[in-house]
Amino acid sequence: MNVLTCNALSKAYGKTPALSGVSLNVESGHIVGLLGPNGSGKTTLIKLANGLLTPDDGTITVCGMRPGKGSHALVSYLPERAVLPEWMSVTQILDFYADFYADFNRDAAQEMIRHLGIEEKQRIRQMSKGTREKVQLIMVMSRQAKLYLLDEPIGGVDPATRDYILSTIISNYNPEAAVVISTHLIADVEKILDDVIFLNRGCVVLENSVDEIRETRGVSVDALFREVFKC
Amino acid sequence: MRWSFANDLPIYTQLVEQIKVGVVTGAFPPGERLPSVRDLATEAGVNPNTMQRALAQLESEGLVYSQRTAGRFVTEDEARIGEAKRDLAQKHVARFMEAMRSLAISREETLSLLEAEYGKETGDE
Repeated sequence: MNVLTCNALSKAYGKTPALSGVSLNVESGHIVGLLGPNGSGKTTLIKLANGLLTPDDGTITVCGMRPGKGSHALVSYLPERAVLPEWMSVTQILDFYADFYADFNRDAAQEMIRHLGIEEKQRIRQMSKGTREKVQLIMVMSRQAKLYLLDEPIGGVDPATRDYILSTIISNYNPEAAVVISTHLIADVEKILDDVIFLNRGCVVLENSVDEIRETRGVSVDALFREVFKC
Repeated sequence: MRWSFANDLPIYTQLVEQIKVGVVTGAFPPGERLPSVRDLATEAGVNPNTMQRALAQLESEGLVYSQRTAGRFVTEDEARIGEAKRDLAQKHVARFMEAMRSLAISREETLSLLEAEYGKETGDE
């Protein structure tokens, strides 16, 4: 089943085009990498999928629905920057997610928090950047969503935190749901991806499975990316 | 199990080979139940669908088998495991030969190098 579908999707900021005629499908059970250099339209595409932006042209649907109230209940979104209020404690954030999202699995979130050795009374303000990112990812992955949109989940954290984040994504894998991960840290994520979508200047330049790329071209996705986007 | 991946080969073929090594060396003993796809994928840090594909391949090669509800098990067929061991060894030999050929090392030289290496190992040189 298609979880995310874009058809000739376009979006510009004023006169600057961000996406031009993007068509793509993301199926349930797949973990997809949305890869491209800075300014290629990754974040724009993710924001269109969760209704933070509206398309200028073309369509985008989540489980057959235009982004809106119905689709919001199915999409779990990790924004590019930290959004958890700094004054909140872990307990308050758990309450907050449980209030907001009917599909939030509080037990699973608590278990992961405990596993990390974080005290529930600890406030976000008292946490390191890496810990904040882990807590935010735990909240996002503890929802039973149909589509997870993770915008740069591993940017700006150390390699050990990166590994933790990636293994959290794998261990929460659900064959009914799709995960879209935008990043430019390809070498780190490619092993956990089914498929990759290369975006360049708002256009899809390649859509393929990781193993097919490795099989037919004999290079990693990371190497292919460096070749395609050579400056 | 230690997992490591080269950049120029499909991940799924590398998983097949590494699990095979695990079976042959006894890291996954005959008859033992394998961890779930999700646990194996998490441990290896790979996509669960890729792990699933690798296990399906091993199943079709007769090295593992599934039982409807109980999960996947390593074969108890010692002859099959021995065969897999020989296959793996043969692949290593083929790679080695390829390297010797590309260095233009003759058969005699290659053999004497091997002899010397064995001598070092047993210390009876």
